[in-house]
Amino acid sequence: MLQGSVVVVASALYLALLFAVAYWGDKRADAGRSVIANPTIYALSMAVYCTTWTYYGSVGRASAMGVGFLPIYLGPTLVMALGGFLLLKMIRTAKANRITSIADFIASRYGKSQLLGGLVTIIAVIGIVPYISLQLKAVASSYDLIVGYPVLKAVTGGGEPVLADTTFWIALILAAFTILFGTRHLDATERHEGMVAAVALESVVKLAAFGAVGLFVTYSLYDGIGDLFARALADPGLQKLMTVSADGSYSTWFSLTFLAGLAILFLPRQFQVTVVENVSEAHLKRAIWLFPLYLFLINLFVLPIALGGLLRFAGEGINADTFVLTLPMSAGHELLALFVFVGGLSAATGMVIVETIALSTMVCNDLVMPLLLRTRALALHAERDLSWLLLAIRRGAILVILLLGYLYFRLAGDAYALVGIGLISFSAVAQFAPAMIGGMYWRGGTRDGALAGLLAGFLVWTYTLLLPSFSKSGWLPANFVSDGPFGIELLKPHQLFGLSGLDDISHCLFWSFAANIGAYVVVSLLRAPTAAEASQATQFVDALKTSRPVGSALWRGSADAGELVALVGRFLGPARAETAFAAYARRHQLVDIGRAEADADLVHYAESLLAGAIGSASARAMVASVAKEEPLSLAEVMNILDEASQLRTYSRELERKSKELEAATAELKAANDRLLELDRLKDDFMASVSHELRTPLTSIRAFSEILRDDPKTALQDRERFLGIIVSETERLTRLVNQILDMAKIESGNAEWLVEDVDLRAVVEQSVAATSQLFRDRDVALTLDLADALPVLRADRDRMMQVVINLLSNAVKFAPPVAGRVDVRLWHGDGQLHVSVTDNGPGIRAEDQKVIFERFRQGGDAMTSKPTGTGLGLPISRKIVEYFGGRLWVESTPGQGASFIFSLPLPTTGRETGE
Amino acid sequence: MQRAMLTVQRLATVFLLGVILFNYPVLALFDKAATVLGLPLIFAYLFAAWAVVILLLVWIVERGEHTERSERRERGGA
Repeated sequence: MLQGSVVVVASALYLALLFAVAYWGDKRADAGRSVIANPTIYALSMAVYCTTWTYYGSVGRASAMGVGFLPIYLGPTLVMALGGFLLLKMIRTAKANRITSIADFIASRYGKSQLLGGLVTIIAVIGIVPYISLQLKAVASSYDLIVGYPVLKAVTGGGEPVLADTTFWIALILAAFTILFGTRHLDATERHEGMVAAVALESVVKLAAFGAVGLFVTYSLYDGIGDLFARALADPGLQKLMTVSADGSYSTWFSLTFLAGLAILFLPRQFQVTVVENVSEAHLKRAIWLFPLYLFLINLFVLPIALGGLLRFAGEGINADTFVLTLPMSAGHELLALFVFVGGLSAATGMVIVETIALSTMVCNDLVMPLLLRTRALALHAERDLSWLLLAIRRGAILVILLLGYLYFRLAGDAYALVGIGLISFSAVAQFAPAMIGGMYWRGGTRDGALAGLLAGFLVWTYTLLLPSFSKSGWLPANFVSDGPFGIELLKPHQLFGLSGLDDISHCLFWSFAANIGAYVVVSLLRAPTAAEASQATQFVDALKTSRPVGSALWRGSADAGELVALVGRFLGPARAETAFAAYARRHQLVDIGRAEADADLVHYAESLLAGAIGSASARAMVASVAKEEPLSLAEVMNILDEASQLRTYSRELERKSKELEAATAELKAANDRLLELDRLKDDFMASVSHELRTPLTSIRAFSEILRDDPKTALQDRERFLGIIVSETERLTRLVNQILDMAKIESGNAEWLVEDVDLRAVVEQSVAATSQLFRDRDVALTLDLADALPVLRADRDRMMQVVINLLSNAVKFAPPVAGRVDVRLWHGDGQLHVSVTDNGPGIRAEDQKVIFERFRQGGDAMTSKPTGTGLGLPISRKIVEYFGGRLWVESTPGQGASFIFSLPLPTTGRETGE
Repeated sequence: MQRAMLTVQRLATVFLLGVILFNYPVLALFDKAATVLGLPLIFAYLFAAWAVVILLLVWIVERGEHTERSERRERGGA
């Protein structure tokens, strides 16, 4: 069943399915209903990290090194934990600056340098070519294997002509497929929604296929995972796979973890899916755990498959890189084998498509376009529409990159295992780390520093990893590695300057990073950043801050808006440019954008549109070609940045001030409310006072008029009237005195004479003072006063005023017959208590509060005659409260009332202190 | 904003934990020719530690999200 035709048809159908998904994804995106606006799809698209290296190569590595394949997946897991700020910063920066590739990112950070962008592109292409050749090699050898069924070894001729080589045709097919996929049209943001959807689907397919083989090997060929390990452990040859240290050192382990962690950030295809294709920052959240989970699952069966293959094919000399495919084939499971082949194809196509699209964008924007635009002979600046050229360059770049991959495969491919080739690429992209991470967190990095660092790291990488890989395959003499170039021992590529004891990857990592970071930092520090570098540094380093100066703040000059529109139109196509500028005009409510003089904002907008299509460095150069710019000096840039940070400070200050103001306003409002309330109380008080004053005045006036108008009044009546006048006058005097008293106490102007007071003496004196009243009304008075009481700190006269007030009230309300008043004084709870109890009518519950208010008396004011001024109790309560005490009433109507006050004693400490 | 900062710090802590768990010398403690439930010790350890790290990531990321969401709901209801 597994003839070549069947395999080819199955592969073609699968690729057609992918294309259909991509097409659907693009259509949906055009309709504004994105299918990839989903955190799960985002995380799955990141799994483009798992290529045929993972799919076939991990098993090969596990067969040689046991768990040594794992660092490649542990590193990304750890880095994803940092994704919360590292990836977030990259995403936000890229979106704000319309960055579409890693070359663009670095070029843009260091002052939009075309030179730097070009260098990064060259490093990326040379570094990634081996990785692409790895995919070609894996697909080709798996194809050769499966069509050779039931033979388990591919007939490796190696020397066949190019046109008869499966790998060559696979490279061409993949190139055609990628061109169809990724460069159907030009997008200003370089986003490919359809591609992402297809890649996410491929991630599911490869995981399912690999899981199927894993389950098949573990539970069909063997009796579960325990059985498999038990058999492996019984084999002395396999025992060394069960430890790390037996066949690899911890330094290798660390280097690989570190490299893989950097790769997940800086591989062009990872940058593409993670940063450029990101739809929403919120999607990052789920990817932080879902992507590591994917890595976990796809690695679960690697060691079981490796052990299964080693046990089953012991001594048959079958390449461990092919176990995933040869195990189902050896068991005669043709369908499973076909599924596995398709899974491998998935892993390869996913990687090749995204990687070559990312690289082609870089080659076009950062390498070819800058060169073409500089070449005056081509007269490109006169061309009206260049968008066809951009597409052509990208398509050409895709083809060239895949053919380069094929070339590397022919030159060096057979000498290495899959993982070995991949690690060479990882080490190359790791060279971007200092310039990238340094650029995102250090303002001092300069273009020269980045250039020097990248160049130094890249040269060391070439010397210690790339050239030896050529040497290994016989393209360079073998003694280049074993004896060093020209026999110079110190320059041996794998033991540079005599450094031995490290594997070749760790060795390269150490020397290249030493050179890279060293050159980056030292050269950066040779001079201060220029104006352009400083302004870009702010855009990148402060990317996560909420307010930072926008790019337009750092541009000064004049430009003709019509020329800008035409310029953008040349690269995006006139129609797209018109649409984009019309949108801008709508946003800023401009009538005709083409006629106005362009302001800094519009220039910045045009530049960012261009940056999406041709990269930030070229965009800068093109805008500069149509605008009359006044270059800003470093001092001016610094001023603008300082101003911005001052503005930030001011706005924070303003925020604080406004909060304070709000608090003050609330306080004022409360105070105003209180004042209004007091005002109302004062009005009430005045009304009450006038009323109280009028009553005695009326009666005084009435009796005086009688005496004046009627001289014949009998002497007896005359005396009675005069008596009333005198007593009403006394009442008036008392009332006025009490009002004054009350006013003094309330305003805090009363004079208090605080001294030691013996409350018992006060009560006795008060009783003596009121004894005449009691006798007049024939009310019995009983005293129950405790002995030997501690002294109080209070005003003696005021205390007497309180007690006398209570006594005279009690006498007033005691019944005329058998009236009785009890006075008690006792000590308890650190307080002195005085109660004055009468057996009068009592006070209704609803009146018990009211009687302490001014001019309010118990009972029905309409029917009973008022028997006091209505100020006595309020004054008494004020006095008691002034000394920290309490005055209240307890009463049951019909059974008399009891007025009680308690006053706190001074603390013992104070007593002894005196 | 406060919560986001907290989540980031928690994630960074998990990163440090992972660096320690997945490297020498802790790795060497489990790098022995022994078995756990029939599995080689280092294999069992690495996958168990990996699973723990992933579970921590899930917990930190999703929990933060849920509390934020419920807070928003409470505020909306109030």
